[in-house]
Amino acid sequence: MALEYQYLFTRIQVRGPHYKGLPLPAGDDTRTNDGGFSHLLGKIGDAQFGPFYLGTYGVLALFFGFIAFEIIGLNMLASVNWNPMLFVRDLFWLSLDPPLPQHGLKIFMPLAEGGWWLLAGFSLTLSLLLWWARSYARARSLGLGTHTSWAFAAALWLFLVLGFIRPVFMGNWSEAVPFGIFSHLDWTAAFSIRYGNLFYNPFHALSIVFLYGSVLLFAMHGATILAVGRFGGEREVEQAYDRGTAMERAGLFWRWTMGFNATSESIHRWAWWFAVLTPITGGIGILVTGTLVDNWYLWAMDRGFVAAYPPIATPDPYLTGAGR
Amino acid sequence: MRWNSTNTTLIGLAGIGAVIGFGLLFTFERLPIDTVQGGFRGTSMGQVINPRTAAVMAARNVAPPVPEAADPGGDRASAVFENVQVLGHLSVEQFNRIMQVMTEWIYPNENIAEGCNGCHVPGNFASDDIYTKHVARRMLQMTMSLNGTWQTHTGEVGVTCYTCHRGNAVPAYVWSAPVPNTAGGGFAAVASGEQNRPGRNVGLASLPNDPFTPYLMGNEEIRMQGRDQHPRAESRQSIQQTEWNYGLMMHMSTSLGVNCTFCHNSRAFSNWDESPPQRLTAWHGIRMVRDINTNYIEPLRERFPANRLGPMGDTLKVNCTTCHQGAYEPLYGAPMRVNYPELLPAPQRRAEGPRQN
Repeated sequence: MALEYQYLFTRIQVRGPHYKGLPLPAGDDTRTNDGGFSHLLGKIGDAQFGPFYLGTYGVLALFFGFIAFEIIGLNMLASVNWNPMLFVRDLFWLSLDPPLPQHGLKIFMPLAEGGWWLLAGFSLTLSLLLWWARSYARARSLGLGTHTSWAFAAALWLFLVLGFIRPVFMGNWSEAVPFGIFSHLDWTAAFSIRYGNLFYNPFHALSIVFLYGSVLLFAMHGATILAVGRFGGEREVEQAYDRGTAMERAGLFWRWTMGFNATSESIHRWAWWFAVLTPITGGIGILVTGTLVDNWYLWAMDRGFVAAYPPIATPDPYLTGAGR
Repeated sequence: MRWNSTNTTLIGLAGIGAVIGFGLLFTFERLPIDTVQGGFRGTSMGQVINPRTAAVMAARNVAPPVPEAADPGGDRASAVFENVQVLGHLSVEQFNRIMQVMTEWIYPNENIAEGCNGCHVPGNFASDDIYTKHVARRMLQMTMSLNGTWQTHTGEVGVTCYTCHRGNAVPAYVWSAPVPNTAGGGFAAVASGEQNRPGRNVGLASLPNDPFTPYLMGNEEIRMQGRDQHPRAESRQSIQQTEWNYGLMMHMSTSLGVNCTFCHNSRAFSNWDESPPQRLTAWHGIRMVRDINTNYIEPLRERFPANRLGPMGDTLKVNCTTCHQGAYEPLYGAPMRVNYPELLPAPQRRAEGPRQN
């Protein structure tokens, strides 16, 4: 039975009676929608869905999120003359772009020249902040720590740097990211090119370290827990302190492999910090680009941060007088 | 139970495999692929060449057979023929030779409007009562300029009418001002010009897909990167300008059938020290195309009938593809200058042979 602990999907779905969850503290809204069971959901998680908790933050977040979604979608639809076929065909290319450079940091400008982008960005930001408040309030109501909220806040930091903080420092909304699939990728490439190659930005480098580190840790942790599944390792908590159990074997595996092992608790601390530091360092890297450093290649050369190659020495036509 | 779960797993794996496999079908290029190292080792400045594509391109970019050279001596064309304004310095034999090849290059088909009649009033070769003759005259002057002043770009290879025309009265790859996208009607569709569509000019990216008007007609600054590591007051090129520039570079890359590293060490696009010499040739090429469009083609706008103009009423202009057509050197460097001395600038001819008239 080699495949027993190697599958893609949860093999056994245990179904008790539908469970409403803990009683909510005084002052909270009631949960809505009793929900039910889904066999397909049970394949990848818990088969029970619902009840949901919407609350004031949830309702407002969904409302503003919907406004942003509509503004972006309708602008895209308008750009193909309201043609649904073209909308579907060109969807990945369509975009709602940030304001034109000549508008600087103005709040009031023609809708078609950036006003829509500002409205969409405001609504989306508000929606995300409200969702953050919701994640905080829900964790508190359940008596949990607020680790999830602060991890989410780290992602919001990067989002705010890209769309709000850095444009304000640069004095121009046009520095911000467009809303669109390919257009935001083009922005990323153009941003790196404009500022002399983002690969030479040390905070970008740090962010990549934490990103790849997160991937590595996730793979190590996921693989370890699945590998001890044959001993019931996924039910780790009650086994954490006992000899010979799945958890001890998991720890021993790494100690024998690399001389050191995380604990069932500390591995999640590692994962949390790696994940959180990815957008935090990335956001710092974006924020100092264009504000403090204009050309990362020259910056890095100046500090001996990159190797110099033997010059091919093609003369700059501006300097030799061939041009102009 | 055991069979079922294994079965589910296998079905799941097969499904995922099928989806990924189907997607991959669209990304593969069959091996072998050649790479040619261009820069210092470790810089990954390679050109990636698919030999099958290269064979197709080579077959598509063949120069026409070169007719026997003409005797530059004897009577000048201006003395023998009426109303010869640009090629009068040629010998009669040279003049006839170049008229013959121009017919084959531009109006090769056998119908009443082609051949000599493409540019001449039937029966009256001296007449100027046909717009194509005015255009051809200006294009000859342009070709001489490209083989003269613009040798910085055309080098020892040089150009002829065929470099662009390839047997067509209007070269196959031309551009004109795009029709503005006014569809949005108050929505943001028009905010940044024609952008956010799969643009053929820019390698199907959603970049601004008319980089020609600002850079190949206009004289917009192409350099985007700061020349100092820290921000300076004059270093204020926007991300949007960078995207326009990016669009132009995508055009150049697809026109020449090369990637960025043909002209740049992509770790520092602006750095000339690390750039291959091709970049200097391309730099002159951009200026050359501006000269062609602003001084030779667009001034002919009044001459052209409406069906020879773009939808916005401007002329059909030149970009990199017009000559290059996917080859890093037009016609893969088939010698033009040497084989068609008739198309060299007139002053240079003056030094070579006796000049009359």
